[in-house]
Amino acid sequence: MANVIYGINGPVVTVKGATEFSMMEMVYVGKQRLVGEIIGITSELTTIQCYEETTGLKPGDPIEGTHTQMNLMLGPGILDNIFDGIERPLAEIEKQVGAFISRGSQVSSLNTEKEWDVTVTAKVGDELKGGEVYATTPETQIITHKLMVPPLLSGKVVEVKPDGKYRLNDTIVKLEDTYGAVHELTLVQRWPIRTPRPVRQRLTPTVPLITGQRVIDTLFPVSKGGTAAIPGGFGTGKTMTQHQLAKWCDADIIVYVGCGERGNEMSQVLQEFSELIDPKSGRPMTDRTTLIANTSNMPVAAREASIYTGITLAEYYRDMGYDVAIMADSTSRWAEALREISGRLEEMPAEEGFPAYLPSRLSEFYERAGRADVLSGFQGSVTIIGAVSPQGSDFSEPVTQNTKRFTRCFWALDKALAYARHYPAINWMDSYSEYFTDLDPYYAENYGKEFVEYRNSISALLQEENRLMEIVKLIGSDVLPDDQKLIIEIAKIIRVGFLQQNAFHKDDTYVPLEKQKRMMETILHLYERSKAVVAQNIPLKRIIEAGLFEKVTKIKYDIPNDRLDMFDEYIKDIDDKILSILG
Amino acid sequence: MIIEYVGVKEINGSLVVIDGVKGVSYEEIVDIRLDSGTVRQGRIVQIEGDRIVVQVFEGTRDVSLENTTTRLTGHPMEMPLSPEIVGRILNGSGKPIDGLGDIYPVTKRDINGTAINPVSRIYPRNFINTGISSIDTLSTLIRGQKLPIFSGSGMKHNELAVQIVRQAKITGADENNFGVVFAAMGVKNDVADYFKKSFEEAGVMQHVTMLLNLSNDPIIERTLTPRCALTVAEYLAFELNMHILVIMTDMTSYAEALREFSSSKGEIPGRKGYPGYLYSDLASMYERAGMIKGSTGSLTQIPILTMPNDDITHPVPDLTGYITEGQIVLDRGLQNQGIYPPVNVLPSLSRLMKDGIGEGFTRADHPSLSNQLFASYAKVIDARSLASVIGEEELSETDKKYIEFGRQFENTFVNQGFDENRDISQSLDLGWKLLSTLPRTELDRVDDELLDKYYGK
Repeated sequence: MANVIYGINGPVVTVKGATEFSMMEMVYVGKQRLVGEIIGITSELTTIQCYEETTGLKPGDPIEGTHTQMNLMLGPGILDNIFDGIERPLAEIEKQVGAFISRGSQVSSLNTEKEWDVTVTAKVGDELKGGEVYATTPETQIITHKLMVPPLLSGKVVEVKPDGKYRLNDTIVKLEDTYGAVHELTLVQRWPIRTPRPVRQRLTPTVPLITGQRVIDTLFPVSKGGTAAIPGGFGTGKTMTQHQLAKWCDADIIVYVGCGERGNEMSQVLQEFSELIDPKSGRPMTDRTTLIANTSNMPVAAREASIYTGITLAEYYRDMGYDVAIMADSTSRWAEALREISGRLEEMPAEEGFPAYLPSRLSEFYERAGRADVLSGFQGSVTIIGAVSPQGSDFSEPVTQNTKRFTRCFWALDKALAYARHYPAINWMDSYSEYFTDLDPYYAENYGKEFVEYRNSISALLQEENRLMEIVKLIGSDVLPDDQKLIIEIAKIIRVGFLQQNAFHKDDTYVPLEKQKRMMETILHLYERSKAVVAQNIPLKRIIEAGLFEKVTKIKYDIPNDRLDMFDEYIKDIDDKILSILG
Repeated sequence: MIIEYVGVKEINGSLVVIDGVKGVSYEEIVDIRLDSGTVRQGRIVQIEGDRIVVQVFEGTRDVSLENTTTRLTGHPMEMPLSPEIVGRILNGSGKPIDGLGDIYPVTKRDINGTAINPVSRIYPRNFINTGISSIDTLSTLIRGQKLPIFSGSGMKHNELAVQIVRQAKITGADENNFGVVFAAMGVKNDVADYFKKSFEEAGVMQHVTMLLNLSNDPIIERTLTPRCALTVAEYLAFELNMHILVIMTDMTSYAEALREFSSSKGEIPGRKGYPGYLYSDLASMYERAGMIKGSTGSLTQIPILTMPNDDITHPVPDLTGYITEGQIVLDRGLQNQGIYPPVNVLPSLSRLMKDGIGEGFTRADHPSLSNQLFASYAKVIDARSLASVIGEEELSETDKKYIEFGRQFENTFVNQGFDENRDISQSLDLGWKLLSTLPRTELDRVDDELLDKYYGK
């Protein structure tokens, strides 16, 4: 019996009677062949969520199964490309149908016509296990794409093609498995989006993801293979922070998922990334980036899928031995898509209308991060940085709370800081990182034991300031004794001169760790020396008048990133001025 | 062959259920004729086998189980479009009500529109000089942006919108390719009149297309009004290459209409009873702003919404803020002080501003200046809260200066006449003049070069 549409309600389409479909199978719905996925089966009714607008569908229209789960095409051509939530290339769609996305576009995810320069590394007679590399090709100028045996396959190489130019679907290696079946390996493989790709062994994340953002690298670091959440109300700079991380963090590959966000923002990312040159490679940022854009007016079910599409692409590059960072902006939109579909299915809602399986879905997603020995024999990592948009800026809402449980870094964005245009508006009191113990040895080894000590002193000063500000709010700062006033002044330098960072300033947008350390050192040196002044009952005003605080606040602008020797002059200047005050 | 279906199975609010319908497609429009002769339109919102649920735009008053015949039209809701539509007044579902006859369609478009491919968008960076200091300097409006006004009942958002329309038309676009599409959703008759009168006084009425769904018009029609308006706007902007400003007021009424519809459909409610898909629904309208490749036109949106109880965390302003590229927030306290426009600059924001200002767009000092004004004004708020505890007398010298700065800022910078049009350099100079009342050491967001050039000058 042919399967035909019975009911339609928003993105949810139902089929009456028993069908041969299996759960999560990908189907084509209606005459326009809209992409859909089976999400519920009973003996009376099969439920499909449709990834495109269902306007115009009719009961009785055919539904065609594919016998596979919703999967992605993985191969060269993913980088420097932009896809929608189910891996359809937006630039190709534009060529076909123009500026407005029409439905049922049938385009191949990756360009099957383009020829790639393939170097075949496998030899006849080699035993290849799942995940091992059989050929490589330069995907962009900085990234070598490794072609790997699909994870669930293994066998003996019985035939190889010579090095040369091949298209995506050309067979270059033939593999005979233990049952004698011969598998043709091309430049592509497929993988279902909702299944994590296997690894050999997971490793402890001990290397930080260096972002060049002081408040993150110093106070709340995230490790390669770690998870971080950026919650914040609208206008607090989530997207801006994500952009900064995508631009500057030292991952090899960036997967940027615009999940239910603004179209103009995606066009900004596209433009900025192609203009921006990666300082390490001298190539445009797009060479190491892939974008997934499912803007807020694109179909809601594809928004739900976009997160999985992103993480699957990330895992694929991790399997080649790369450090991958995935920015998901924003996971709240994804959770809302879950809620919307759940509502259409008339499921029993839990908190605030969200389905009861929200926490398990979130944890499944975040658990796909990690650093691991991958099947190809290299080490790779996937770092997830997820933005959260809490309703009404209330961090107690379900998405923020559940995200908090499954991520180990929490960068809480603060409205008050954003109002004062203190960016990144990461609140140093509410945020935390659980990676300190894992990462401290790395910092100590590469940047000296002092780094960790400086950081602890800086945190302590901020903590102390917070306590003092409670008093100041009640009675004003004039009545405080000078040693406490000094703490407030130094904390102000830390806030304005260190934590606040200008994304539009050529030096300040990215600050190497060495400079971050020297900045902390200078600030703390000033603090120590000033304490000596105050201890002698010399008024704090004298130091302020000497202009020292002002000068140290502006270090971030005044010392270029390649002139770290200038810090010595600053230290000397502090010593000289303080000495003259001490008399 | 046209089949008519007699009678309905069930009536619930604005929804009717009809059984035994064949060959129907989702979101198709149906005509429902009552025995009395009136014809109403409806849209199919749910299909289950041969049972359909129809949402009747004009409401179900007078409908009984037997007195109707229903006919399928075979297409989704479409809007007839032609260049003549400029200057016309239409009702909430796009039918002319100005007595000038029907619009002869050059083309027809589905009112739901389709998503703009992110690849096809042009990143907007053309500054619109609105002549209002607080907006131009601190929350700059960019052509192709969606920048809502968050207001409350009784505040002067309508005046502000009119002032923006009147003053913004002057720069950039010339007379012929500038247009306004005005969508009123559930507004009072007086408000609609006010806009009409103001547009006439400003001499822009021949460039305005108005779609009016007043507060006594059917609720369901209200859910169509912004979509019809945006379909007109997209046609004018992307096909006729005009610069279109869309003003939609009041989005809160729209959302309430949606809530009413959702609950009568028996959907599971999300926050405050609004449907779970409110975000997607609002986004499907707001995201229709922008500029696209292959067209020289632009579509800029200024939605106006009244925050119930002035609460910015209410779902409607909250979700709007997550979709739009910033917001202009009006403040009752300022309005009560007699300040017009009562823009509360701290929560106001324009996300597209950073790439549309500065050297080559406005003036090189603009980014630093606006940054500093924000930072300094934020300190004013701190100083004020301290003063409210210990009294202004007890404040430190610096804090006293901040208090004075705040006063000046509100009274001379934010405050400006309804007819006062300040150009951008006037506004920027005024900003510097105010900053110069603070000690130079307090200005930590500006580098020395700019300070030397502007401080105290």
